[in-house]
Amino acid sequence: MKYTKLNLSLIALAICLLVGANSCKPKNEGNAVTGDAAAKAYVPPGKYDEFYNFVSGGFSGQLSVYGLPSGRLLRVIPVFSVDPEKGYGYSEETKPMLNTSHGFVPWDDLHHTELSQTNGEIDGRWLFVNANNTPRVARLDLKTFRTAEIIELPNSAGNHSSPFITENTEYVVAGTRFSVPPDNANGDVPINSYRKNFKGSISFIKVDKNTGNMDIAFQLRCPGVDFDLSHAGKGKSNGWFFFSCYNTEQANTLLEVNASQRDKDFIMAVNWKKAEEYLKQGKGKKETVKYVHNLYDEKTHTASSETKTEVTVLDTKDLKDICYFIPCPKSPHGCDVDPTGEYIVGSGKLAALIPVFSFDKVMKAIADKDYIGDYDGIPVIKYESALYGEVKKPGLGPLHTEFDGKGNAITTMFVSSEIVKWNIKDLKVIDRQPTYYSPGHLCIPGGDTKKPNSKYVIVYNKITKDRYLPTGPELAQAAQIFDITGDKMQLILDFPTIGEPHYAQAVSADLIKNNSVKFFKLEDNLNPYVSKGEAETKVVRKDKRVDIYITAIRSHFAPDNIEGIKMGDEVYWHVTNLEQDWDVPHGFAIKGALNGELLVMPGETQTLKWSPEKPGMYPFYCTDFCSALHQEMQGYVRVSPAGSNTPLLFSTGKNLPPKDSTSINP
Amino acid sequence: MKKIIFSGIITLFLAACGGNNNAEKNQQSAPATSDKESTGGNPSYDANRGEGKFTKVDVSPSLDVAKATAGENIYKVKCSSCHKLTDEKLVGPGWKGVTSRHSPEWIMNFATNPDEMLNKDPKAQAMLELCLVRMPNQNLSDDDARNIYEFMRKNDGVK
Repeated sequence: MKYTKLNLSLIALAICLLVGANSCKPKNEGNAVTGDAAAKAYVPPGKYDEFYNFVSGGFSGQLSVYGLPSGRLLRVIPVFSVDPEKGYGYSEETKPMLNTSHGFVPWDDLHHTELSQTNGEIDGRWLFVNANNTPRVARLDLKTFRTAEIIELPNSAGNHSSPFITENTEYVVAGTRFSVPPDNANGDVPINSYRKNFKGSISFIKVDKNTGNMDIAFQLRCPGVDFDLSHAGKGKSNGWFFFSCYNTEQANTLLEVNASQRDKDFIMAVNWKKAEEYLKQGKGKKETVKYVHNLYDEKTHTASSETKTEVTVLDTKDLKDICYFIPCPKSPHGCDVDPTGEYIVGSGKLAALIPVFSFDKVMKAIADKDYIGDYDGIPVIKYESALYGEVKKPGLGPLHTEFDGKGNAITTMFVSSEIVKWNIKDLKVIDRQPTYYSPGHLCIPGGDTKKPNSKYVIVYNKITKDRYLPTGPELAQAAQIFDITGDKMQLILDFPTIGEPHYAQAVSADLIKNNSVKFFKLEDNLNPYVSKGEAETKVVRKDKRVDIYITAIRSHFAPDNIEGIKMGDEVYWHVTNLEQDWDVPHGFAIKGALNGELLVMPGETQTLKWSPEKPGMYPFYCTDFCSALHQEMQGYVRVSPAGSNTPLLFSTGKNLPPKDSTSINP
Repeated sequence: MKKIIFSGIITLFLAACGGNNNAEKNQQSAPATSDKESTGGNPSYDANRGEGKFTKVDVSPSLDVAKATAGENIYKVKCSSCHKLTDEKLVGPGWKGVTSRHSPEWIMNFATNPDEMLNKDPKAQAMLELCLVRMPNQNLSDDDARNIYEFMRKNDGVK
């Protein structure tokens, strides 16, 4: 007993020493987090978070949803990659969502997020995200938290400056990071013919204001540079769009060096209302291209994929008054417009300052033709004539800026690993706080809209290193939440994220949570293979194709005994979940299925294609724990050799007397 | 022994399924640790009526054929997976004779408000001990419930 006590006091002493030693180190997490931080991020069990945080899943191709301020992961929404957890890309109904002009692409790279807006404020209807690799834009429906639509972009490569929107969601834009020869031109040209053959392209995707459905209205054919990021004007600057671009050197190799030669690259100002006029006047050229448009129908629970063959192109070389270049120091990355629409912040990632441009001055410079020349036919405005002022010595490697709606901006500094708060009017730095480590994007709820809700800033770091328990070479990315209600930004929580988050959006949960769909109504299920009740279940053979109409309810399948499947058959399991209550999905898995499994929401029908590889007995069962008798939710399907005469039989609960001789009759 | 294990499972199951403090409208109110919540000993609980919105259901002596037909259609989609029309138990009890075992109010309250009833009502809890699967909330409208009740009457021989 005494011995134990002695031991305890030794441990206590050791802890004191450890704490003491730690407190000598500058800038460690121990003294970065102070006082009431834990209370500020604490959401008691069973209580809801105040905000939804929609965070890009980066190279995972998915979108993650977190609660703020707790940092709890609420859902991963599959968008551009297959997702075994949801059956997305595995069920016959969802496969068409990942179709492209190249075929089925199972994995892409999701970068940026933008919530739909009305009058420059978040309206809680849709979320737009972009696929960077095989260029696409997706629309997510925030009633179902599912991907509703994906449109591919012709003439594009590296869809990076996307999917930013105009203040009434009239357009979603998509600008190319890679310039490439247009799709209808011969792409089989020497790479070093970049200047002659490579073109940039910016797509303006029209969004139907009632359905949200997307359609490419027009594309701007632009000089061959790398378009990086963008934001729309708002308020006074509504009607304009701003795109950062780098590689104005037009290098085609070792861009790290060769695209960092010029002192200034550009922010391109686009007068999209003018482009609309030209379009109306018929000045666009129709080009033959190939791209797909995929739509998910919530009534049939089925996606369709349509190939389109034409796009209208407006050439900025010939059509004046659409585009203007504003010189911006050193390979600008972030391109952010403040809530008033007057200030445009360009973040030159290699610059030791942050330039802030004035929309009024840009307009005056255009009116006065205050140009220093042109670049590939596009006027270049004099830097000083567009500049409002520069934030001096903000830190190293400015990347992205969001706004607090109180006249301040917060910018991430990648190289010096910090966030910096500065005043837009006097351009003075107010506060700086270290982040762990090397922040990329950041997000304030509504921080790129007219009305930020500036309680928190969330920073998405690119480097994790020692922030969490080691998990081998591969680590979760680290996000950090700062309380920004006081004078000093206060770090209150770290939380791990999936993939590599690029941009994120956050919005008050009240705008979304009450619209959330809880189940799909069976009455409204228009899937051609639905079974509305067990009476409609059946097994239908047509030559080698067998359609199994099967239902799931707590806790059995109907039918659950199936015989007469033969080798060479193509079997389609159409599973209808007959439940009509929230949070009662059923899963469906069959041994050896090469096509994965299913997860079926209440009232939904999903289909698994199955080609048995040899005769025998195949069990199937429900994979999602559904009731006390979940473990009993199982069945058998018998597969016979091709050409055998096993009759097609299916049943549930018929309790036929066992045929084998060893069984004991009750 | 088996019974003890089963009631253990039930308790666990109810505890696991009950909680969600947030939603005002949440139908699965508090965890039903049956000792605390059971209203068997609560004299103000009307065990004939059950718990729910139906207090008085008007039933005419003869069958309303239109209602019964509508009820049968709902039965096929939402109920037949678990309830036979005979007295044989499938997942839940067979429906033969159900209208003589319970009042119309009790049946319609149970059909539309199963979670709360399973948490409170002694007769519903007794059935759960036999069936072991909580009756799902199939989101029936008031009219749906009335039509199904009429179909149950038809099934019990009302002309």
